[in-house]
Amino acid sequence: MRRTISLLLLLACACGEEEPEPGEELSGGSTTVHDTTRNAFTLAARNLQGERRDAFFVGNALFNRNWVTAPSSTEGLDGLGPIFNAPSCAGCHFKDGRGKPPTEPDEKPLSLLFRLSIPGQDAHGGPVGDATYGGQLQPQAILGVPAEGQVALTHTPREGRYADGTAYTLEEPHYTLVDLAFGPAHPELMMSPRVAPAMVGLGLLEAIPDSALEALADPDDKNGDGISGRINHVWDVEHGEARVGRFGWKANQPSLRQQNAGAFRGDIGITSELFPEEECTPAQQVCREAPSGGAPELDAHKLEQLTFYTRMLAVPARRDVDAPEVLRGRRLFRELDCAACHVPRFETGTVPDAPELSKQVIFPYTDLLLHDMGPELADDRPDYEATGREWRTPPLWGIGLVETVNRHTRFLHDGRARSLEEAILWHGGEAERSRERFRNLSATDRAALLRFLESL
Amino acid sequence: MKKQGWMALVAGALVSMGCGEEPLEEARARPVVERYAALVNENYTDAVAKARALQTAVNVFVADPTEAKLTAARSAWLASRPAYGQSEPFRFYGGPIDDEDTGPEGRINAWPLDEAYIDAVEGAPAAGIINATDSYAQLDEELLKSLNERDGETNIATGYHAIEFLLWGQDQSETGPGNRPASDFVDGGTAPNAARRRTYLKLATDLLVKDLESVQAQWAPGGDNYAKRFVALDVEEAVQRILTGMGSLSGAELSGERMTVAYDNKDQEDEHSCFSDSTLADLYANAVGIQNVYLGRYGGQDGAGLDELVAQVDPALDRKMKEQLQASLDAIQAIPGPFDQAILGADNSPGRQKVKAAVEALKAQTETLVDVATALGIELNLE
Repeated sequence: MRRTISLLLLLACACGEEEPEPGEELSGGSTTVHDTTRNAFTLAARNLQGERRDAFFVGNALFNRNWVTAPSSTEGLDGLGPIFNAPSCAGCHFKDGRGKPPTEPDEKPLSLLFRLSIPGQDAHGGPVGDATYGGQLQPQAILGVPAEGQVALTHTPREGRYADGTAYTLEEPHYTLVDLAFGPAHPELMMSPRVAPAMVGLGLLEAIPDSALEALADPDDKNGDGISGRINHVWDVEHGEARVGRFGWKANQPSLRQQNAGAFRGDIGITSELFPEEECTPAQQVCREAPSGGAPELDAHKLEQLTFYTRMLAVPARRDVDAPEVLRGRRLFRELDCAACHVPRFETGTVPDAPELSKQVIFPYTDLLLHDMGPELADDRPDYEATGREWRTPPLWGIGLVETVNRHTRFLHDGRARSLEEAILWHGGEAERSRERFRNLSATDRAALLRFLESL
Repeated sequence: MKKQGWMALVAGALVSMGCGEEPLEEARARPVVERYAALVNENYTDAVAKARALQTAVNVFVADPTEAKLTAARSAWLASRPAYGQSEPFRFYGGPIDDEDTGPEGRINAWPLDEAYIDAVEGAPAAGIINATDSYAQLDEELLKSLNERDGETNIATGYHAIEFLLWGQDQSETGPGNRPASDFVDGGTAPNAARRRTYLKLATDLLVKDLESVQAQWAPGGDNYAKRFVALDVEEAVQRILTGMGSLSGAELSGERMTVAYDNKDQEDEHSCFSDSTLADLYANAVGIQNVYLGRYGGQDGAGLDELVAQVDPALDRKMKEQLQASLDAIQAIPGPFDQAILGADNSPGRQKVKAAVEALKAQTETLVDVATALGIELNLE
């Protein structure tokens, strides 16, 4: 009987795979660009024209520009720090791409940052920062101000095996705060590592209607597929109310504008109208007394330019869409239920000020929802409604070009996975069943699935 | 702006013209591809020669840092720029200059640069690699290579603009360029670490020459190199690369990054050669470079250009293209210098109006380049 089944399977595989959906290679709809070079993530939406395209170039220059210590001759671009992670957006999102954890002994975690909090919630349900070190560790500082501290990184190997006997070893990271400049942190301090994600397609993700996410959410797993999917409701500073969270590894930011302003303040030490206070806590007197680059340091016009830029970064088209192995991987992606959370297709809504992003059929491979990913991936740090085990499904578009753009293949929220294959193997919790199916695939099928991911 | 009746064409598709002409017929197109490879070589050969002259002037200066020798080094730097500027349409298609793995473009001409990454600046007297005697005890070529673009795209340690910053210093003047004194390079002079500053200047200049030589070698005739492979490509593929380089420089790079950003921000820091105030010459050289390729010429050498292929299928389009290439050059020339002052003031100030007009001219030229590609049966993916 068994023999018959395998024969049937063989026959099934001999048939042609399902054809891709027309236009499926255009991951970002009409915004999609065709580029497979190191610049693949740096380009403007293809349908962005005229003066609006000019505005993109201006935002791009701002994204790359190093902020300098105040006071300086470049008045519009001073006010770095006093404490910070990097002096420019591009410092972490190099070539608009993806960051990575340190890989050399003396390397500091530049494009990997650490959120900090203590038990409890603030007035809006968000995390409470440490009294001394605030909500994020800033490992750099301007001259005359101490950096908050550093992070020591160690690894332990985690052995595993595929069903066919092939062994693999994952690398589990451990993070410890060292060289703390202002004494010990809170005894119950929680740390969450977050690597800089690639910047492509963010405007399209913002253009997905809330209703589409609400339709996908299944907080109580009513359909019994073992996958819940929850919306994170987070505080919107501009509107003074809770809104649907979409950006960040825990979907803790409701809009790109707030995400950008938050990163300016937290990562570069640049204040804006949204976040007018520096990151210095009352315990950091020398930080509080450092010269400011203005109130706010980032004028509204520049925040607008930068936000426009982040909305209009194009997603590169897929490659090899018709290759048999890719099509086979595509089928497996659905059969393993990866697509339950990495939802392939959406249609964006109408964005009043951005016709380029409106009514586009896109293929981001995310549901923007929170999922319990199990204890292995947990940071054990709640963030608004996200628990210490939940992460937002990250989009997969462009993922096959990360190696070209950023010269590395580090994935997941802290870059612990050294390849796409390892990233799959780290999936737990609601994704455990899919991971187990992957572990049970033949080497040929595993390669096909990875080839599909690389085509994205 | 697309012509009536033209469908989007697939690159390399055969196009049946009304007169039965094939726009890239082998016998006509092959010589154009060969001429392109030759003019690229002429251009890079010139760039190498001018960089070597700069190298000589720098060596003379660091051996005995006087004001006169600093002036001579600055003149040599300025003289080296037009040849390189004209070579920039050879970028953007993954050729030797910006090959994915080996292209040295980011080491040669990266900008804008954060000057404090290299040396002291106003308000930060201890800044930069030159003054980081503990972190970087030994300055050498490998170190500069490794520090270039490390941790951020404006962390530029090498290339023309690093050399420019060392020769001129910061531009704090409203009327002229930077004016770093030669004594910054004299032991016990006006700035600490003078010996390291001399070493750095020499290292950066030597590396520039080396990098330019490596690119030129890939285009040298008779070698087993990129040029050999390029002239053997399908003519469609070769012409697509040629046009991609021209169009990318004309649009996104020149009218966008290099002019619109500065126009919009009104910020000195956004102009291409901000320390020497020679930005206008840079812009002009870029536009000349695009015209060179279209006409198949470099300096005094002239040969079969794209113009001959276009004239064969659409003489009116060829005339329009030539007019617009010249109009862009005239518009750039009409900008009152220095560029960092032209971008200031109200939008109706003469300087800003002239900058805007040049941007518009370049945009129009870019659109026509797309039409040229279409007329030659090539779909141009300009990003």
